Amino acid sequence: MNTLIGILIVIGAFFSVLRLIFGPTTPDRVVAVDTLNVIITGSIVFIAFLLKSELYLDIALVYGALSFLETIVIARYLEGKK
Amino acid sequence: MSAIGYILMIIGALFYVLGGLGLVRMPDVYNRLQAATKATTLGTFSLVLGVGIAQPVWFVKTLLIVVFLTITNPVGSSVLAKASYIYGVKPFKLSKNELDKLYKSRGDENADN
Amino acid sequence: MKKYLSTFITLWVIWIALTSFAVSEVLTGLLVSLVLAGVISKVVDYSFDFTIIPKLFIFVFVYVPVFIVEMIKANFDVAARVLNPSLPLNPGFVKIPTKLKGNVGKLTLANSITLTPGTLSIDADDEYIYIHWIDVKGETPEEYQKHVSGKFEKILGGIYK
Repeated sequence: MNTLIGILIVIGAFFSVLRLIFGPTTPDRVVAVDTLNVIITGSIVFIAFLLKSELYLDIALVYGALSFLETIVIARYLEGKK
Repeated sequence: MSAIGYILMIIGALFYVLGGLGLVRMPDVYNRLQAATKATTLGTFSLVLGVGIAQPVWFVKTLLIVVFLTITNPVGSSVLAKASYIYGVKPFKLSKNELDKLYKSRGDENADN
Repeated sequence: MKKYLSTFITLWVIWIALTSFAVSEVLTGLLVSLVLAGVISKVVDYSFDFTIIPKLFIFVFVYVPVFIVEMIKANFDVAARVLNPSLPLNPGFVKIPTKLKGNVGKLTLANSITLTPGTLSIDADDEYIYIHWIDVKGETPEEYQKHVSGKFEKILGGIYK
């Protein structure tokens, strides 16, 4: 069961990486990174479940906060770069 | 209890696959954002709550993560959509565009922030 | 004083949610929040009424279920579009009017729009929210509004005003 969930998550992440590599414009790549970040946050929570360690939940929370900040900053940068 | 948790986790992972597929198949940035944001938000919602149900001790904290992500993820994608529009990504086809006027009317004001 | 109290309560609730309900944690949180609220409340402009508590209940028990149902519908909509080989799309940027004032109300409405079928909010000004709509229906802003945010606007209007 755990393996199945892991495989599904990896397939989702793989598609985002495809978009990250082939995305024709910069915003496409940023969108891919944003999606990848959400998937990673989810999988950190799943790792917490696998390892039965509550510490990873805090890591997931901090990762989520930082990835949000990252998205905002990059978006600001793109707006200014026009 | 853990059976419900597992079912929710599998649904969440399936939505991740759907989000990734949307990201690959959709024709332009805005449609990609739509598919990716919706699918990954519900995916995280379902996966994290599934973990919270399978491990009831963590439920409060997983709920916190879910609430946090449901607030921040749509904001992030709105900001990204606006940034791509200002950056100049052309939508692949449009039946209507009312956004154009907004940025023309406040063009100068927008340039410096 | 009101500012101080509301900052203090918010900080304490966040502390308890992040740690646990053990006595030592609650007491440490109390001390830290008392000191931090004294520093922060001078800088930020943040306060809430205590009439917010019944509103919070309306929010959780009326708004959240509607929102979750819409979100699940949205995902089946996305799934149908993504898995359909011909990709049925008719996108456009439109604006929809809103009566909500205040930042929190607008944020909630914009987030709800983003997570419901086929729409993505992009920008907002005083009267309108600008959205990208994957399948435009209707002609005037009022018609758009009925399709996109009618349901949420009604509930949120009662909460935020």
